[in-house]
This record gives sequence, C-alpha cells and structure tokens, in this order.
Amino acid sequence: MKEKLEALKVEALEKLREVQDPQTLNDLRVKYLGKKGELTEVLRGMGSLSSEERPVIGQVANTVRSAIEEIIVSKQEAFQEQETLNRLQAEKVDVTLPGRRLPQGGIHPLNRVIQEIEDIFIGMGYRVAEGPEVETDYYNFEALNLPKNHPARDMQDSFYLTEELLMRTQTSPVQVRTMQAMQGEVPVKIICPGKVFRRDDDDATHSFQFHQIEGLVIGPNIRMSDLKGTLQQFVKEMFGPNTGIRLRPSFFPFTEPSVEVDVSCFKCGGHGCRLCKQTGWLEILGAGMVHPKVLEMGGYDPEKYSGFAFGMGAERIAMLKYGIDDIRNFYFNDIGFVKQFRGV
Amino acid sequence: MKVSTGWLADYISLDGVTAEELADKITDAGIEIDSVERRNKGLSGIVTGFVKSKEKHPDADKLNVCIVDTGQDEDLQIVCGAKNVAAGQKVPVALVGAKLPGLEIKKAKLRGVVSQGMICSAKELGMNDKLLPKELQEGILVLPEDTEIGQDIMTVLGLNDEILEFDLTPNRSDCLSMIGAAYETSAILGRELSLPDPGRDVIEIISPASDKIAVTVENEEHCKHYAVRYISGVKPAPSPLWMQNRLMAAGVRPINNIVDITNYVMLEYGQPLHAFDADRLEGGALGVRLAREGEILTTLDGQERKLEPHMLVIADAAKAVALAGVMGGLNSEVTDQTVNIVLESARFDGGTVRKTSRQLGLRSEASLRFEKEVDPRSVIPALNRAASLLSRYAGGSVHGGIVQAGTDEVEERVIKLSLDKVNRRLGMDLSLLEVKTLFARLHFSFGDAEEGTIEVSVPTRRGDISLDVDLFEEIARLYGYDNIPTTLIEGPTTPGGLTGPQALRRTLRRLLADGGYQEVLGYSFIQPERTALFPALTEGGLAVKLAMPMSEDRSVLRTSLLPQLLDIAQYNVNRRQSDLALFEIGSVFITDEEQLTRQPREFQTLALLLTGSRAAKQWNVAPESVDFFDLKGALESVFAYLGLDNAVVFEGDSPQGYHPGRSASLYLNVKGERVKLGTMGQIHPDLQRKQDLEDTYTAEILLAPLYEAARTTLQYTELPRFPGMERDIAVVVDSEVPASRLLDVIREQGGSLLQSAQVFDVYTGGKMESGKKSIAVSLLYRHTEHTLTDEEVSEVHSKVLDALQQSFGANLRK
Repeated sequence: MKEKLEALKVEALEKLREVQDPQTLNDLRVKYLGKKGELTEVLRGMGSLSSEERPVIGQVANTVRSAIEEIIVSKQEAFQEQETLNRLQAEKVDVTLPGRRLPQGGIHPLNRVIQEIEDIFIGMGYRVAEGPEVETDYYNFEALNLPKNHPARDMQDSFYLTEELLMRTQTSPVQVRTMQAMQGEVPVKIICPGKVFRRDDDDATHSFQFHQIEGLVIGPNIRMSDLKGTLQQFVKEMFGPNTGIRLRPSFFPFTEPSVEVDVSCFKCGGHGCRLCKQTGWLEILGAGMVHPKVLEMGGYDPEKYSGFAFGMGAERIAMLKYGIDDIRNFYFNDIGFVKQFRGV
Repeated sequence: MKVSTGWLADYISLDGVTAEELADKITDAGIEIDSVERRNKGLSGIVTGFVKSKEKHPDADKLNVCIVDTGQDEDLQIVCGAKNVAAGQKVPVALVGAKLPGLEIKKAKLRGVVSQGMICSAKELGMNDKLLPKELQEGILVLPEDTEIGQDIMTVLGLNDEILEFDLTPNRSDCLSMIGAAYETSAILGRELSLPDPGRDVIEIISPASDKIAVTVENEEHCKHYAVRYISGVKPAPSPLWMQNRLMAAGVRPINNIVDITNYVMLEYGQPLHAFDADRLEGGALGVRLAREGEILTTLDGQERKLEPHMLVIADAAKAVALAGVMGGLNSEVTDQTVNIVLESARFDGGTVRKTSRQLGLRSEASLRFEKEVDPRSVIPALNRAASLLSRYAGGSVHGGIVQAGTDEVEERVIKLSLDKVNRRLGMDLSLLEVKTLFARLHFSFGDAEEGTIEVSVPTRRGDISLDVDLFEEIARLYGYDNIPTTLIEGPTTPGGLTGPQALRRTLRRLLADGGYQEVLGYSFIQPERTALFPALTEGGLAVKLAMPMSEDRSVLRTSLLPQLLDIAQYNVNRRQSDLALFEIGSVFITDEEQLTRQPREFQTLALLLTGSRAAKQWNVAPESVDFFDLKGALESVFAYLGLDNAVVFEGDSPQGYHPGRSASLYLNVKGERVKLGTMGQIHPDLQRKQDLEDTYTAEILLAPLYEAARTTLQYTELPRFPGMERDIAVVVDSEVPASRLLDVIREQGGSLLQSAQVFDVYTGGKMESGKKSIAVSLLYRHTEHTLTDEEVSEVHSKVLDALQQSFGANLRK
C-alpha cells in the first residue's frame, strides 16, 4: 500500500508539474484529491490494514496529500498571478485621451464683478438695495437736487418715456427710495447695483446701457475722512493690498463736497503703463458727502445727520480688471468671450 | 473754456509758474485742465515785413518774386507762390535760418531765381487758421497795415502763449470768463489780483442815451435786469490785432471791431453782450417780452425760427429783433454800413434760455453762459467795458447814461459757518485762522468769529455757493483733498447681507452655471415687433415705448427675455458655436395704459435656452441633440433644489411662440393657489427658421412667485430605518393620456406608504396597438415604523392598479 501511495505521489507530482492551464490543474486536483479521486480510492483500502500499519500508512497518505496540495496551490497562485497580469495588460487605456467632463457654465463677467463688489461691502456691513429701471423724473433727478431745467441735467442725456418717466440714468434714485423707506432710521449702509441708461452712441468705451454700483452711508457723524477710509479699504480688497487712492475735487449735484476717485494702477503699481495711460492712476469712482437737500428729501435732518455716497461703473471696473478693451463685448455675449470669466 | 496764460497775466502775476504747473494746481483744486497747448509750435527767426513790389516769376506762372523790407539794411528777394500776395502788404517773413514746425528756411533758388526766405501762411506758423477768413486760409497771412516792420512775429501775433483748456463742471460757470479764471488762479496761487475798472474808463458825450432809446421788461421773472447804451458814429473795421489774437486763442472767429468787442468782453466778464444796428430798430424802443403765437424770427445764422409763447424775445416797436440770450436777429444785425448801435447787456433767466435753446437746437456762446446764470453784478461793468472799447477801437461816441429796466440788486448771500461743523464733516482739525486764510484767498469776505462761527459773504459771481456745505468744499479743495485723513466709520457695527430674492437669484445663477448653463446679458430695449413673439407671461399687457429712441431696433422695453436670447444664440451659431446652454436673469416691462402715466410693471424673469448637442463632440460620447426633456430636467432640478418639485405643474397647453406639441405652461401651486409661473418648450419651427437656428428649446419663468414659495428654512427628516419594497408596473393607456395624470392617480392611491413613483419607460409603436402607449412605472413602498409585509403592499398596490384601470382603462401589461 505504501508503494502504491509513493507511486501515486510520483505520478501526481510529475503530471502536476507539467500542467499549463488552470482547467487541467483543476481536473488533476479532482483526479487525485477529489471525493472519487485516486488518493481517496487508495485510502479506502485502509480498513483492511492492521492497527499497527494504519497510523504508518495514514502518515504516508497525509504526506502524499500535502505534497500534492502544495503543488496545486502554488500552481494556482501562479496561474492567478498570470491571469491578473493578462487582465491588467488587456485593460490598459490611453490616459492621454480626454475625459468626460462635468457640465460647466458660468456667470456673466459683469455680474461676477458686481457680486464681488457686493460681497466686499456686505463684509463691511452693507445691505444690497435695488430699484426699478424705469424711474420717475422725481427720483432720478429732482430728489437728487437736480430740478427741472437744471443745467447739470445735460451731463446725462436721458431716455424719456413720458415727461415724467424715464430710464434711470444712474442708480442714485435707489438712495432716495431707501432713505424714504428707512424713515429716518440710522445707520443707512447700502450698496445698489443695477442697469442704467444714457443716450450715448455705442463705441469701444460707451454703451447706452451699462451697470452702476452705488453706495450710501448715513449716520449721526459721517465724515469725509470716513469716505476716504471706506474707499481705501474697498480698493485694497478689490484690486490688491498695495492699491492706493487719490481724491480730486469734482461736481455732482447730489453730493457736496464731491470727489473724483482714482486708484493707483494695479497693473504697473503706479509707475505708468498702457492701462493707466502712463499716469499711474485709474479713474474709477465718483463720490462725495450727501447733499443736505438730498438728505432732506430722503427724510433726514441735515443738521443731525450726514452721509457719503459713491458710485462706479461695473463695465469700467471689469474692463480694467480683466483687460477688456471693448465695452460692447459684454453685450455681444459671444460664448468665447463670456466663458473666459470662470475661476476662483 | 480756453484760457490764455498771456491774457490771464493781465490780472495776476504768473511769474515763476509754468503753464503745466499751473494746470496741475488748478486740476488738484477742482477744475480739470484737459490740455495745455503751446501756441508757439517751435518758431524762430520770423519777423514782420513789407512787400515793396511783386513781379511775375520769369519761368513759373504760379510764382511771384517779391522784394520785401524787413527793417534790415538790405531788402530781401523772396519767391512766393501764394495767390493773395500783393505789393503794399505787411506779412510774416521767415528769414534764412528761421525755424517753423517741421521746416527750416534756407537760401534757395526757385526755378533759377534766388529766394532769401519765405512769406508765411497762418498754417505754416502753426496757427489754427480755421478762424481766419477763407482767403487768408488759402494764402499768406496778411497783417494789419499799421504793423511795424522788423518785429518778432511771436510778439505781433501773441504766440508766446499757452492755452489751458478748462473742463468746467456745470457748477463752475463763474470760470466761463477770464476774470473768473483769474479769481480761481488767485485763490490757488495765493497771489493778488488786479482787475480793470471799466466804469472809470467810459467817456460819455453829453447827449443822453435816453433820448435815443427806451427799454421795458414785460416779464420780470424771465429777465431781472436789462441795460443798454447808445453809441453813435461807429466805424466798422477790423479790430486791433492783439484783440484778434486773443479771440483766436479762445477759439472765437474775429469778424469786425464791433462784434469782436462784444465777444471780447463776454470772454473777459462772462457776460454776453449784443449790439443792434440802432438805425434798423423801429420806434426808438426795445422791449423784453414773450414771443407771440406764430411769431417768426430769422436769427443771425440765417435760419428762420418759429417761436413759441414760452420763448423770450427782444422786440422793437414793430417786431422781434433778437432771441433773448440765444442769438440776435438778422433784421437788426450790425453790418459794415452800421453807424449807430444799441449795446445790450442783460440778465436773462437761465431756465428760460435753456428751454428755448434746447427746443430750437440752437446753442451759442451766449446761451451757454445764460443757461448757467450770469453774475448779476457783471451786467453793468461789462456794458461799460464794451462801451469804452467801442469808443477807443471803433470810433464811437458813448451817449450819456445807461438806459435800463430792472435791477442788479441781489440778495446778499451770507452763510454762517461753524468751525466745529467744518471739522466734523470733513474729519479734519483746522483752526479758525486756517479757514479765514482760505476765504481771503477766495476773495470771500467774512466777519469776526463768534463762538466758533463766522459769517461768510459769498460774491455774486459764485452762484454755486449757497449752503455751508458748499463752503466746506471750498475749504477742502483749497486745503487739498490729499490732506484729509483716512478714518473708518464710527458707531455700532451693522450686519450686511442680501435680501431673500437677492440670495435666491444668486442661488439660481450658481445652480445653472454649475449645471452647464452660461449666463448672458441682454439690453432692456428691443424692436417693437419682437415683443409679440412670446406673449404668454405678459398677457394683456402693453409694451412700453421710448419717447425718442436712438433707433427703431431699440425703441420699446422688452416684455420677455426670449427674443434677445434667440438673437444671442443666433450670433453664436453664426460663429460656429452651436452647442449652447444659456440663461439670463433680467427685468421685463409691461403696462396696462395706452398713455403711460405711471411706472410700468417691472418684473424679473429667468430665461433659458438650449440648442445643439448635449455634450461637445467627443470620442467616447455618442453625439446626441438636446431635446425637450433636457430643458425640462434643468427646470425640474432648479425647482427640486428650491423644494418646489411637487408644486410646479407642466401643462401641454401650447403657449404662443412655441412648437404646439412640444411646449408647456408652468403653474405653481402654492397655499392652495395656482399661479402662472412661465412657459417652456421648443420654439416654433417658423421662428427657428427665421432665426437660422436648429431645434432650440427655451423657457422663461417669473421669479417673484419662486421667491415667495422657495424653501428658505431647512428641516431634517429622519432617514428610513426599514427597507422599502419595489413594484414595477407597465400599463397600456391611450397615447393622449399625460403621464402626470397617471402619476397623480398612483400617488393618490398609494397614500403614505408610497414613497416614490418613477416613470422608467414609455413605449409606442411596434407591437403596441395604434393610439395606445405603454408606460412603465417603478413604485417604492415603505413604512416608517416597520418592515412592510407582502400583504400590506399588495393591498395598496392593487388599489393603485384598480384605480388606473378605472380612470384610464389601463391594462396591466404582461
């Protein structure tokens, strides 16, 4: 019996060693180790052995079994490994081919700039206020200290609908509407973005429709130095920490004193470049202390309260910030143009 | 306003200050200097000469050989090609070695004849020759006969001069005059002024003016003061060269001594003047009155003007002779034959002049100044100044006295100025002395300080100053805006933020942008016909028209965002960008009124557009065109995000503008009410064709109802703890039955156990009976408290099936 087992071992090991594929391996495993396999067959004869022989043969049988099992396992592992290798080889992709992207749209550059400015002022404690695009002559002009036939009305040629109604030429009417709605409450701190309209022939730097962003602050002791400080803080946030401002006297009917505000050119740092026309400064804002008549019309006593207001054009800021040279691009809405303004 | 530094120096010393430095200082103090122009364009070696003789050039038809005396030892022989050159003229002569802009004069031979210099034209001297008579533009510049020869041309023509272009804001009309500019310069430089005193210079003859002319003012609110002088025996002739030079420096064309003097004084004082030919006036009287209905006046520019009763005229006994403050009439114009003149100086109301000037489209140097109100205290000085110049340079005799109506009396403007308030408003710490010094520089007088307050008297020339804040500005601008400190607002901090609708709008922008839609921005103005394309949202409303549009294409306010969205799509498709997903959020406008009397209704809408392929052409994605359900899905995603997915209903009621079979109206059910929310669908094939677009899908929805209904507070719902049970069914119904109704029935019957019901297949054709379709729905049942049993589910599920059978005759498909 022992010889039988040894012979089986020799035969099995030899066959197994030659195996080239998992199927044959499995067949051989069944052939030798299966329930009806040859090893089992041999062991079935154990019953006829003496009690002395049985453990000896049993031990031999176990050795044979483990020798066969060992080679099967090692063969299996080799095949597994090979299979994995084959699979990996077969599944290789060209990683340089493009991937499937997320759908991606974007926000219009003007709204992007407006939101950015809104957010800076929201961070400084301002609320966003809005008003209608069709305004009454009263809110657009009269309540802003521009009575009918005032020569300063020439500064803004308007689109009238009737004698009394027009497309707003500025976002300033929102100031008065807000003041009236606040009914004398202080502080007022608002930022008002929106479309405005002026009779301008469209060209690279003019558009009959454009966007303004206006700010208004009213309180018991608002100073011109506060206006300066506020704008200083804003331009640093908007254009970078090294940006400075310069104030020049100017005229707006609804502010007194009035100022024109330049920021130091953020392209060249004020040394002079094409963007700032070699001056080192960019004109971006009009501002001033709210005129007492405007305060009065808004329901605030100019002896008790004071305020400042400022306004800027979203197009102008976007053009400077993004290096856009033609204002009409904002309204052509060429996808190639508008999609450029995606980013952090 | 063009300000000549040479002229300015008559009133204030500019020693040691270059024109550029002055320009910077003036700009910093509030009046922007647009440009500094040097009138000397690089001339040297040019002198005045006398043309002694002119002969034809022997070998050239168009050339002349002139002998010119320039005050040197020897006369010069100069070849000259100008047509207007003639013996006896005084002319500018560029000597050999002279420099002109881009030119140096050398001794030369022209067609064999030696030329020792050049006789110059105005253009060659770098002058703006547009202001000269035509014959002088085409030929050499001919100087007045009394010009001395051998003089440097720079002095003779006043070319050692710079022009500062004052860009005046409407409040600073005081600087529409040389004297005003001098006051401003004096305040900025802190230097003394020396102004002419015209009253002293007028030499009158005994004969009183009142014998010759009488004046009346009918409407005092339109003309506060009307004054004239009578000047006889004037001799129209060219004005002196220095005056012509100054006029030209200011951009004014010299005409003759009388007109030039009125213009010169206007530039000097900012007070427009007018000279009438006295002998062409009837009845020896001038009246200021409103125009009569239908009255006609031919103005100096030769235009016949139809006047209206709100326009102010100057009239003699018979007719209107001038449009007050705007332009004189041709019928009383000063000509070469004029002998006697009536010289007018007046204060017309700014608003009246402005209205007339605008309505007639007629603007003049005079109207420009009157519109902004002239200094009431300049009326008489300017009149006297002109009278003295007329007697001096036009040989006139000034008759005794000024004939006038109205008065130059004005209320004194005295402003109480509190030093404390100045400092509080500006955020500065100025002393009383500093403030007083600044007012002294402005030539504003002030009283003694009382408890930190001074009374400041504002001169009449500064009509822009009436409140203390106006004085704050004067202080701040002279002190220097750069010297104002930088502070932050004091007081309680305030929370900033967006309103609900503003926040929602931002959410929509972000959702759509992240979902692949690009935001665009259209104009609020549109072509009238285009408002009729998509009327569903603004039903019954009228479009609002602009009174005076710049073009027909942009003459009404948009009633929908869609027409322009289509244009934007077309614009891009024409540029080979045909896969488009666009959106816009903007306002549309409608009114109920035929004649607008109040603001139109203005509401914000969201519009979307989809066309082309679902994804860009790519190697591993099949190219598929977008369809109705891409757009609907986008909307549904938005509604779902806002918690409104079950509140919005799509109804296939074929809204106008769309493909009738591929469009829907959207309704929002909120608090038991049904509100129209918008429309969506494929645009009508006819419209697609007109716009040159492939299948295009658009939607437009109102934002206000969304603001109202959107979920703004978030609340946690417990996650399901027990497994659900899914049952799929496929039912055959008439093809006309909308899926939504099927789902409604399913949801109603499914009750609280039914967690969701999703259509997962729709099948028509093939083996399906015609007129029928199969809809497959996946139903998910779940109980929140326990695991459902088969029996529980089957009970509900069979109720669902029965109801479908009853409502639609639906057969369960096997």
